[in-house]
Amino acid sequence: MFENLSDRLEQSFRLLKGQGRITEINVAETLKDVRRALLDADVNYKTAKSFTDAVKEEALGQDVLKAVKPGEMMVKIVHDHLAKLMGDEAVDINLSGKPSVILMSGLQGSGKTTFSGKLANMLKTKRGRQALLVAGDVYRPAAIEQLKILGEQLEVPVYSEDDNKNPVQIAKNAIKYAKDYGKDVVIIDTAGRLAIDKQMMEEISAIKKAVNPNEILFVVDSMTGQDAVNTAKAFNDILDFDGVILTKLDGDTRGGAALSIKSVVNKPIKFVGTGEKMDAIDVFHPKRMADRILGMGDIVTFVERAQEQYDVEESRKLQKKIAKNQFNFDDFLKQIHQIKKMGNFKELASMIPGVGKALRNLDLDDDAFKGIEAIIYSMTPEERQNPKVLSGTRKKRIAEGSGTSIQEVNRLIKQFSETRKMMQMMTTNKNAKKMMRKMK
Amino acid sequence: MAIFGLFNKEKKDKLDQGLSKSRKGVLEKLNRSVFGKSKVDEDVLDELEEVLITSDVGVDTTLRIIERIEARVAKDKYINANELNTVLREEIVELLEEKATPDYNDWDLPKDKLPYIIMVVGVNGVGKTTTIGKLAYKYKNAGKSVYIGAADTFRAAAIEQIEIWSERVGVPIVKQSMGSDPASVAYDTLSKAKNNNADVVIIDTAGRLHNKINLMNELAKLKRVMQKLIPDAPHEILLILDGSTGQNAFEQAKQFTKATEVNALAVTKLDGTAKGGVVIGVSDQFKIPVKYIGIGEGIDDLQIFNRREFVDSLFKE
Ligand SMILES: Nc1nc2c(ncn2[C@@H]2O[C@H](COP(=O)(O)OP(=O)(O)OP(=O)(O)O)[C@@H](O)[C@H]2O)c(=O)[nH]1
Ligand SMILES: Nc1nc2c(ncn2[C@@H]2O[C@H](COP(=O)(O)OP(=O)(O)O)[C@@H](O)[C@H]2O)c(=O)[nH]1
Ligand SMILES: [Mg+2]
Ligand SMILES: [Mg+2]
Repeated sequence: MFENLSDRLEQSFRLLKGQGRITEINVAETLKDVRRALLDADVNYKTAKSFTDAVKEEALGQDVLKAVKPGEMMVKIVHDHLAKLMGDEAVDINLSGKPSVILMSGLQGSGKTTFSGKLANMLKTKRGRQALLVAGDVYRPAAIEQLKILGEQLEVPVYSEDDNKNPVQIAKNAIKYAKDYGKDVVIIDTAGRLAIDKQMMEEISAIKKAVNPNEILFVVDSMTGQDAVNTAKAFNDILDFDGVILTKLDGDTRGGAALSIKSVVNKPIKFVGTGEKMDAIDVFHPKRMADRILGMGDIVTFVERAQEQYDVEESRKLQKKIAKNQFNFDDFLKQIHQIKKMGNFKELASMIPGVGKALRNLDLDDDAFKGIEAIIYSMTPEERQNPKVLSGTRKKRIAEGSGTSIQEVNRLIKQFSETRKMMQMMTTNKNAKKMMRKMK
Repeated sequence: MAIFGLFNKEKKDKLDQGLSKSRKGVLEKLNRSVFGKSKVDEDVLDELEEVLITSDVGVDTTLRIIERIEARVAKDKYINANELNTVLREEIVELLEEKATPDYNDWDLPKDKLPYIIMVVGVNGVGKTTTIGKLAYKYKNAGKSVYIGAADTFRAAAIEQIEIWSERVGVPIVKQSMGSDPASVAYDTLSKAKNNNADVVIIDTAGRLHNKINLMNELAKLKRVMQKLIPDAPHEILLILDGSTGQNAFEQAKQFTKATEVNALAVTKLDGTAKGGVVIGVSDQFKIPVKYIGIGEGIDDLQIFNRREFVDSLFKE
């Protein structure tokens, strides 16, 4: 599985330097790489095929600008095409009903109940809505209890009928309840079901009929493989849903299912789930997703966010240092402080190609950096500026000083040098800024 | 044509209805494209590639399978359609690690490892708790005394969920309250089980994504705490993989194995349209046998994994 498609493409195009056009022959190898990247990311077999065909068509005969390497050109074409397929910026949910009814659907364990809670919480806290959660999963053990606990935590009321095994009735009664008690959004959680389970699909279709939802959401696990297309299509055939929710994106899956689903049902992905906690919800960013699928990190977003914080002068100095391989622990520390200022680091880290990968293995809580900072603070200025001098005895002293272990010190040093290597590769291989411009 | 016995009748009906049309006649196509040819040509390999990739086998493993087929064909010179089928199956079956205990079917337990401690791990929502319910049922029916430990103290109503399963099966459960230390629950469970001469202990754990180091460390701790009571516990660390998961299953296996030395796999939700092909590569790469498959939400919807039947199901028409 390759880490970074842009590097790969660069390689397969190395031989072509000097050729002014993208031709059938010089594109074949690259497209194979692209296709493979997509399959590794769980993009559906057929989707991947038609994607590469379309890219080929677009690429053939294109003049390669002098200033641009053909590899970079291909990256741009692939990226743009993928971003286009992923759709425009986030599409909002329809809240026009009185009350607005939102129906959740999806396979077992995809994250419907959790997402119902997150959505209720978001609508309540960010949009001042009076939400009502409805416990429509009458099958799975303790499913009702799960929603009730979430409701309690969020202080959002939960409508349930503990002895009623008929979710159609429950949903209907819940709407009435919402009207009676002035709730303006009703979120109906349902049991997970397989698309081929006829009886269960009939049931959810009956719920739809009974409550006429403003919004039907299909919730899908971002780790899903090739089957995503079958399931999405089957649910869509029966429910004609309005939007897709992609969950568990806090994992490290590339999430190719997003592309497959998009291309087979052509419905917008509206929100993503990024954790088990109730605030781990985000609107969908098509560009970020495109980069993630291609394994490129979200360079664009990262740099945009970074630019808001970074001092231009400072960053120019840093770039120089990186290029000369002089990046040291002081700079590392500075960066950590900058990054902390930028907010949600976990999200940011995952956007940086290469770097993101190196840092991903850290558990990135708010104080994820505590240990790192402690270690660096225990170094002498000389050690920080010239990490090469770090001998065994010095490491031991640092471990003691920072209240960590030699292993932790070693790990940090290793991570540091890997990060440094990758940063250097990034800046020298391709001027990061130039690349960004082209990716927009 | 349903000649393979992977699923019981009812499940198979469910399954057959749902099979995508593109999958139909794969073997037929394979047969046609190989007919009268002395070597496996591009068409056949393309066809094969599609079947394997759409079953989530993954590019690497697919290429390896194809290479093996090509090597066999080169060696045996001529190969007809039937032979191709056989060879194909043999080569894939080879990749699946054989389970260590051959007569596991009787739910027998190693006598020197009683109580036999099973810790069930996996990412969120894959079917850990449900599989535990089904396993407890199997062991109980085999005459074993079973204890369940409710060590998912994190997810809302996780304790209530496993408690309902313990009632369904009719086996004791050891639990604390939501938010309590899972290691402490596991310890309690082992100590009760030991005092009561139980045969099997199954520990439920909270779903966790494998890239969260803190949560993975928690599993290692769980293990260490159990070892205070029973030094070689847990005897079985069962990683549950959702049958509809794609290539991320590799990373799951890798990280869970790193944290806890997983020694058995279970694949769930194979009653759906997903084929679960990723376990072929996972089992091969990590040398971990697949022990069980989940084929429904009911108490009886668990089967012992059979390599041949599983491989057959990939090519089922
Ligand atoms: N169709 C089908 N559904 C299954 C199977 N195994 C589990 N499920 C369902 O998948 C969903 C998740 O199962 P759980 O057992 O709660 O999964 P878990 O891994 O314990 O989940 P968390 O503890 O929340 O991480 C439930 O709705 C189960 O009923 C299976 O083999 N087939
Ligand atoms: N890490 C992570 N876990 C999630 C996310 N969404 C849901 N989960 C977990 O996935 C599991 C199944 O979720 P649940 O909402 O019960 O799924 P349902 O069966 O579709 O209702 C639970 O353990 C949730 O905590 C997410 O975005 N990230
Ligand atoms: Mg649920
Ligand atoms: Mg569970």
